[in-house]
Amino acid sequence: MFGYYLDLALHSLVRNKALTALMVAAIALGIGASMTTLTVLHVLSGNPLPDASSTLYAPQLDPRDMQGYQPRAEPPDQVTWIDGMNLLQAKRADHQALMTGGSVAIQPAQSALDPFYEPARYTTADFFPMFRVPFRYGHAWGASEDAASAAVAVISSRLNDRLFGGRDSRGRMLRVDGHALRIIGVLGDWRPDPHFYDLNVKNYGSHEGVYLPLSTSQDLHLAHLGGADCWGNGGADATPAAPCVWLQFWVQLHTQAQVAAYRQFLVHYSEEQESLGRFQRPPNVRLRDLMQWLDYRQVVPGDVQLQTWLALGFLLVCLVNTVGLMLAKFLRRAPELGVRRALGASRRALFVQLLVESGVVGLAGGLGGLLLACLGLWLVRRQPADYAPLAHLDGAMLLLTFLLAVGASLLAGVLPAWRACRVSPGLQLKGH
Amino acid sequence: MEIRPILSTLLRHKTTAFLLIVQIALTCAIVCNAVFLIHQRLQRMDIPSGIAEHQLLQIQFAYVGDRPDAYAQAQADLATLRQIAGVQAVALANQLPLSGYAMSNSGIKLRPNQQHDSLEVASYYGQNLLATLGVRLLAGRDFRSGELLDYKAVMPALHTNDMTHLPHAVIVSQAVAARLWPGQDALGKTIYVGNDIPLQVIGVSGPLARPDDLQNGPQYSIVYPIRLTATEGGSYVIRTAARDRKQVLKAALVALQRLDPNRIVLEKRTYDEVRQSFFGGDRAMAGMLAGVIAAMLAITALGIAGLASFWVAQRRRTIGIRRALGATRGDILRYFQTENFLLATLGIALGMGLAYGVNLLLMQHYELPRMPSIYLPAGAIALWMIGQLAVLVPALRAAAVPPVVATRAS
Repeated sequence: MFGYYLDLALHSLVRNKALTALMVAAIALGIGASMTTLTVLHVLSGNPLPDASSTLYAPQLDPRDMQGYQPRAEPPDQVTWIDGMNLLQAKRADHQALMTGGSVAIQPAQSALDPFYEPARYTTADFFPMFRVPFRYGHAWGASEDAASAAVAVISSRLNDRLFGGRDSRGRMLRVDGHALRIIGVLGDWRPDPHFYDLNVKNYGSHEGVYLPLSTSQDLHLAHLGGADCWGNGGADATPAAPCVWLQFWVQLHTQAQVAAYRQFLVHYSEEQESLGRFQRPPNVRLRDLMQWLDYRQVVPGDVQLQTWLALGFLLVCLVNTVGLMLAKFLRRAPELGVRRALGASRRALFVQLLVESGVVGLAGGLGGLLLACLGLWLVRRQPADYAPLAHLDGAMLLLTFLLAVGASLLAGVLPAWRACRVSPGLQLKGH
Repeated sequence: MEIRPILSTLLRHKTTAFLLIVQIALTCAIVCNAVFLIHQRLQRMDIPSGIAEHQLLQIQFAYVGDRPDAYAQAQADLATLRQIAGVQAVALANQLPLSGYAMSNSGIKLRPNQQHDSLEVASYYGQNLLATLGVRLLAGRDFRSGELLDYKAVMPALHTNDMTHLPHAVIVSQAVAARLWPGQDALGKTIYVGNDIPLQVIGVSGPLARPDDLQNGPQYSIVYPIRLTATEGGSYVIRTAARDRKQVLKAALVALQRLDPNRIVLEKRTYDEVRQSFFGGDRAMAGMLAGVIAAMLAITALGIAGLASFWVAQRRRTIGIRRALGATRGDILRYFQTENFLLATLGIALGMGLAYGVNLLLMQHYELPRMPSIYLPAGAIALWMIGQLAVLVPALRAAAVPPVVATRAS
């Protein structure tokens, strides 16, 4: 029966080409626009570490003086060197890492390559197991290298390809700002987007090429990159003694009991620092997990959200348009439908037949919408935004495109089909 | 034109008429807001930087390793640049207007021990800055060379409050002066930054846009008498005639690289490119909005045309009868035009309420200002015109129906 309905649908669609083309075009445009923006939104609001995100937390403390104090205001997003070190050494979580961004000059050994700048991350050993960083060659450093400010480095596979043609570079020397670091590991494919652990550098598409111990970066006076918020006599310094927050601190906690205990620990720590005279404000702590953190920091650009709402509004207009046209088209066929009713077709059968017809329109519109979405994403990728290169259609979004297209057009077809199949069998015959 | 027959016909097509009204209303609401958004973007892109944009070049370097002689090197670089043919002035600046990267901001207080900052401003500093950028001085004077301090001496002095190595004078932009001392002369006034470091206002400059954070007051900026070097993040700024920019940029890069090959070029661009890249996102957004508006209006027009043709086809017999009873072609044409006008008016009335609602939502979630009411009549006129144009072809076809149709069986 479905085949017959499909046949009828195709016939009917071909009979009024202009109207059909108009409906297909409207659905295609609506679907194309919404899928483009939904794909961008999907990519940007994605979970950078789906396996571990629910166990990762960003503790926040308020170490500032009373200048500009407002009760219940948010504490800073980053931590000071002293607090970071204290929390790191307290080891109250399953894993904890203290880190900051940097930018280092790489001087390749081959004279064919000019020196270039590479984003770097200065961090402590737990970074790698905590964020489940995969390794292609070698391994990360351990706590002993952190303690000894060892001159070691881990590099990304992209940098390894550039400097060593992708070969196992363990044991080779990397010249960084005039200092020699021994390469002990090469990362596998690891590009978490958004760049959740440090949103001060760039939210998307910022991937460090060099990782080295935080202690080493301080000994070598390597350049800090990212924000530093200071108070009192701070200036804009990112140095251990300055009253500035400029480091990111992350912990891994596996149970809710651990989370509650850690929050309590942060309060105790703040009280202790207050009694020591370092903190002046009453304890003000936060402990957000990774996804809450991304939400709090509003990583998804407002423009992208705005575009999504706009595109959905556009889809709505296209659908209302399609409902109107379909209604017109179906009502016009009242005589034909009346004949079919008179010949014994049930209302149900008519309804299904008309819905099949709108489904076919939806499928054609979905196909057009897919092409338009690909074009739209290509346009997005040409935009001057950090996230632009990430805008690609994945399998899930591809499926969603068709579901949305067919679902939307079936929805658009319900009202017209219902109205049309209420024709009385006799009445339409009489007029002829 | 008698409206009652139109209304009674429309009442017989309630659903289709209602759908058309809804479509016009949605289009009206979205288009009004989208045009408003475009206007916002264009306004933002129009912000004056206050500097001689078409005559400026920016070159930024990074050095490999520490450079103890950075200040001597900077002076040598500046001297070399000045000798290049076509160069009118050179400066070394910590940050530049609309460059997208803010290196330094200050919280300003009007009294010592003040709890909250009175204003947050962008802090500019560098050597020969105002003259090179072409910033006008509206009152007071520029810094004297003896007033300039080295950044490397200022930073430690900031921690120890060592006043001998801290600046005492500052130049504020007119926007800052007007905000802090409305209706008063800013010259000679004192502001406090950091740990209550006093600074006397010795000059008031014309517009000088921030590097970034335009929503915090696009023209709130001050200039300190501080010198810095490229190792401390400074950019070389070169002023030249607009037509000489390309060759001066090339010559400057060659000369600087010859002076010290051990540096990495981070930026080399004309100021037009700086502005271009700063507003790239706004331009893309405005373009995208314009595209959606065009597509939405086109879809709505085609929808109106489609439904109107359907109605014309359905009413051929009625039209024929009216023609046979003496209605002119013009009467038939006017009938359909009036019908569309009625539908569009209902849609527009609904759409204005909706447009207002959407604007309220946007104000709540995206910190947009209220939409000026001029957008509503403008949107209404646009939709009326589109409706009339869209219905014209079907209406002409209706007018062409011969009276003889009335005599035929349908």
